[in-house]
Amino acid sequence: MSFKEIASKEKRIVSGHRLCPGCAAIPIVRIILAGTDKEVVASCATGCLEVATTIYPYSSWNIPFIHNAFENSAATISGIESAYNALRKKGKIKKDVKFIAFGGDGGSYDIGLQALSGAAERGHDFVYVCYNNEGYMNTGHQRSSATPYGAHTTTSPSGKFKKGNETFRKDLTEIMVAHGIPYVAQASLSHPLDLYMKAKKAFDAKGPAFINVLAPCAQWGIKSDEAVEISEKAVKSCFWPIYEVEKGKYKINYKPDEKLPVIDFMKAQARFKHLLEDKDAIEKIQKHIDEKWKHLIELEKIGE
Amino acid sequence: MNKNKIALTGAQAAAEAMRQINPDVVPAYPITPQTQIVESFAHFVADGKVETEMIRVESEHSAMSAAVGASAAGARVMTASSSQGILLMLEILPIASGLRLPIVMNVVNRAISAPINIHCDHSDSMACRDLGWVQIYSEDNQEVYDNTILAQKLAEKTELPVMVMQDGFITSHCVEEVEILDDEKVKRFVGEYNPETSLLKNNATFGALQLPDYNFETKKQQSDAIERAKIEFLKTGKELSKLTGREYNYFESYKLKDANYVVVSMNSSAGTVKSLIDKLRKKGKKVGLLKPVLFRPFPYSEIKAALKGKKIAVLDRSESFGANPPLFAEIKNSLFDINAKIQSYVYGIGGRELLEKDIENVFENLMKNKFEEKTRYVGLRE
Amino acid sequence: MSRLKGWKEMRKAGLVEPASSLAVKTGDWKVFKPVVDHKKCIKCFRCVVFCPDLCIEMKNEKITSNLDYCKGCALCAKVCPVKCIKMEKAR
Repeated sequence: MSFKEIASKEKRIVSGHRLCPGCAAIPIVRIILAGTDKEVVASCATGCLEVATTIYPYSSWNIPFIHNAFENSAATISGIESAYNALRKKGKIKKDVKFIAFGGDGGSYDIGLQALSGAAERGHDFVYVCYNNEGYMNTGHQRSSATPYGAHTTTSPSGKFKKGNETFRKDLTEIMVAHGIPYVAQASLSHPLDLYMKAKKAFDAKGPAFINVLAPCAQWGIKSDEAVEISEKAVKSCFWPIYEVEKGKYKINYKPDEKLPVIDFMKAQARFKHLLEDKDAIEKIQKHIDEKWKHLIELEKIGE
Repeated sequence: MNKNKIALTGAQAAAEAMRQINPDVVPAYPITPQTQIVESFAHFVADGKVETEMIRVESEHSAMSAAVGASAAGARVMTASSSQGILLMLEILPIASGLRLPIVMNVVNRAISAPINIHCDHSDSMACRDLGWVQIYSEDNQEVYDNTILAQKLAEKTELPVMVMQDGFITSHCVEEVEILDDEKVKRFVGEYNPETSLLKNNATFGALQLPDYNFETKKQQSDAIERAKIEFLKTGKELSKLTGREYNYFESYKLKDANYVVVSMNSSAGTVKSLIDKLRKKGKKVGLLKPVLFRPFPYSEIKAALKGKKIAVLDRSESFGANPPLFAEIKNSLFDINAKIQSYVYGIGGRELLEKDIENVFENLMKNKFEEKTRYVGLRE
Repeated sequence: MSRLKGWKEMRKAGLVEPASSLAVKTGDWKVFKPVVDHKKCIKCFRCVVFCPDLCIEMKNEKITSNLDYCKGCALCAKVCPVKCIKMEKAR
């Protein structure tokens, strides 16, 4: 597994898309789609990834691709996978095909949660990737249930009385673990070979696989060259732990020797700047991160 | 012709047609009064009588979403729903027609909330009349069976989704004699589904974003397609006629030609009207029925030709609040440039029964020349 | 710019050919462009994999940025472990 190996694969997504300069979503998609050599069919929820890659009459997708609606990427792929099974049984299709559904955090945590849950529960053989930029970014940065506590978004702005998003993030990765599917993972662009390994495992898994990948966005208030650096800070501060759950068994893929204080992650982004002097808020956030990390460590110990 | 007559409910008739069509994928979610279609079909799957992949989705929205995915992947897809289920699918219905996917859906007509009501009226299918689906209404169990088979072929010919309606409980749950074709005959009639482009066969992008520079043209293509579906409906009907011996037209004309007083009514109530017409005809009254079958695309000129010179009462089983009821609106549109005497009636909302004496009143008003602008209500307590 | 197609000529249902976005030269978005010091380059392929526009590639043993698509985000320069990519004004 190497960068060269990933780079040598045929491009399943190509240049000419209109995503922002420096957008993390595209390298994430590239790395993941390199995780199988079999044919892949993709469905994608409405959002940055879909809109900016399919502005008629141009498409950046080099694989069969369908955009249906916002909340039904997983339901759509369920239909495609079932069609494949039906046609394969009838002998109308002989080739091996893999199925992948993409959704942003909006289309996965919020409006798309039902379809994702249904598809996972039914056990379709597919990979679901949530490219998580922690907000409804395509429409200009509104909050989602993946938006971290305190983050300024246009619908949870920092003003005179309110100081940004008022709830802690929903834990979709844990929700997916609770579905009992063969493979669940949380990944980051800062650890690309780990992401690649996860993509391979996800495609190889028999049944539903879910990968939640942090995708830093320009609207977090970072520069166009900072996506990887911010991802790394997210992982090192345990704001975004990278781990896998294979058949219910937890494995944390990266444990920092010394946790980066979460404020170092926050001060690198404009969406938290109103909180940087707020000691109480920082403490609250740090405490939450620490508790979740501790909990994850305990989960890893189960079954040892 | 090898045909069998068996006793089936309307739901079973739909399921039987589905069994013979043997679709590749059926994503379905239960809702009263459609449930028996899905249950009957699930039994066929469990007994290996079909080769269908049945997806027990977690909502109707996902049912239609999965149907779009499966159809785009090149599979033959069928589903069924009613009322709130149709409304929940609403977002995806125009996606199905916009992507030109030949999905066939049985709609068991049921009232929509609020208030919640599980009985028959046409508000569910009427709510989606503008979404680009071909709409066919069925009076009885035989028509449900015939129309479902016709719909499958029509959908694939026109590359448009089709919905086949039947009245909830009245048709869906009542047993009638249905003449079933041989499995082989249906199989040959619908043939193999081989779409031009599909996700499993071709590398293509479905569902791209079309900005103002292109969107209009793609929608025009869709509009053109559903217009052409009018002719295709008759052609497909003629082909099916060869197998069943029954005719498939835009509407049924029951003792219409020489009638002076006509009731226009769809689905099961047409049966009640016919029964009353027979009685009135014996008394020498020149009464008749026009029963619309194809509602979308709407056959304006054919309706005009059939109703010219007659006094008409249109019975709607749904309202378009704040405007003319849907069927009345289309009939009135058909006749706008001739001096037609036409009266709007709304009946049967929330499953309210339509009695022969109510229809007799309607005919009497026509005969007494009692017309008014506003909609009258049949069977409503004031 | 060529005449846009009418509804009778367009493919049905808004279907699009794969990889057709290669016709869109997003390179005119950029203010800065990457310049590689090939002597320092260790050919690790990180820049290739991270590039958000998939436009930096190994060509004839040299890392080359396709300026037709490069938006000048500078991510390649940032992730390079030997810092052999410098950003220079594109125009």
